[in-house]
Amino acid sequence: MKALRALLKRYWTVLRRPSVHYSLGTLTLGGFVAGIIFWGGFNTALEVTNTEAFCISCHEMEANVYAEMKETIHYSNRSGVRATCPDCHVPHQWTDKIARKMQASKEVWGKIFGTINTREKFLDKRRELAEHEWARLKANDSLECRNCHAFDYMDFTRQSPRAAQFHSTALAAGEATCIDCHKGIAHKLPDMRGVPGW
Amino acid sequence: MNYRLLPIVLLATFGLAVAAETGTATRAPNAQPEIDFPLDAPAPDGRRPGGTITHEFTPPKLQDDENKDVRRERNYPEQPPTIPHSIRGYHVDINGNKCLACHSRANSSKAQAPMISITHYTDRDGQTLAAVAPRRYFCTQCHVPQQDVKPLVENNFQNIDVLLQHELPQDRQ
Repeated sequence: MKALRALLKRYWTVLRRPSVHYSLGTLTLGGFVAGIIFWGGFNTALEVTNTEAFCISCHEMEANVYAEMKETIHYSNRSGVRATCPDCHVPHQWTDKIARKMQASKEVWGKIFGTINTREKFLDKRRELAEHEWARLKANDSLECRNCHAFDYMDFTRQSPRAAQFHSTALAAGEATCIDCHKGIAHKLPDMRGVPGW
Repeated sequence: MNYRLLPIVLLATFGLAVAAETGTATRAPNAQPEIDFPLDAPAPDGRRPGGTITHEFTPPKLQDDENKDVRRERNYPEQPPTIPHSIRGYHVDINGNKCLACHSRANSSKAQAPMISITHYTDRDGQTLAAVAPRRYFCTQCHVPQQDVKPLVENNFQNIDVLLQHELPQDRQ
């Protein structure tokens, strides 16, 4: 404890003392440039890890969830608008995004130790993984769905009677959110025993 | 005799042989396989009019499923009702059954969807089970969505009401 205190004290004195060798200009400019480099690098890293190419660079993602998604309307459809992995799985706002990125360190851990490195292991864990995503979307009121599917601009007259009925009642009243009914729209489902509504 | 050039000569001969081999083996990329179909029979009438077995036709355009949510009349009492809505992307597999999310006994009141009949809970021994019998689990074996398209073959089916109408003696009408 004493040693630690001494160490901290030494650093504190170094920080407090004016620079002897470097001019104020060098320090300011150097700090500025270093700031640009670090912040830019951080942002670039954030952007790179937020691409589909990055996600499917792991075979766990490419062979399982990405392969399944290719069959769905969120991958291929008449107008060619498509959702990539981060569109649905990473929040778009900065604070939420950083929070999610910190959570994702668990996924890096899983990758390193091969938690789902075979199809069998992935299928065994699928319910747990799916429940995480359902819980996340339930908690944020299906925020990632609503980035594209905004309720305010839904035209019930263009929906099928069945869809319009549910969207104009349960969804409009906030009793239900997208994920409550629309599970398994982009990937295969896990064993659904005991899931409400199934 | 000087044999110092022999390996080179042998290598050159071998190289030539390999080159000749691949030269004959590769065909023009667009060449049609030259298969003769001496029995290129005409296809059965109706489904593929005008073509033979080896002809390739452009398939008809895919149509959207009818999505009006209005129940259709059944042609006979035992007919499995057709599905009046789109079922694109519905999972019906070992993990879950999306149809039952609305049509099961427990969920039909919430969704106001028709409940699947009691026959779906009965196994082949006539025992009524608590949940859908495994033999009735795969909905699309019997129930299918419909598309508004021209029928491929003509059909002059008449339902029982029409038949009975014709059976009636003329004087009673």
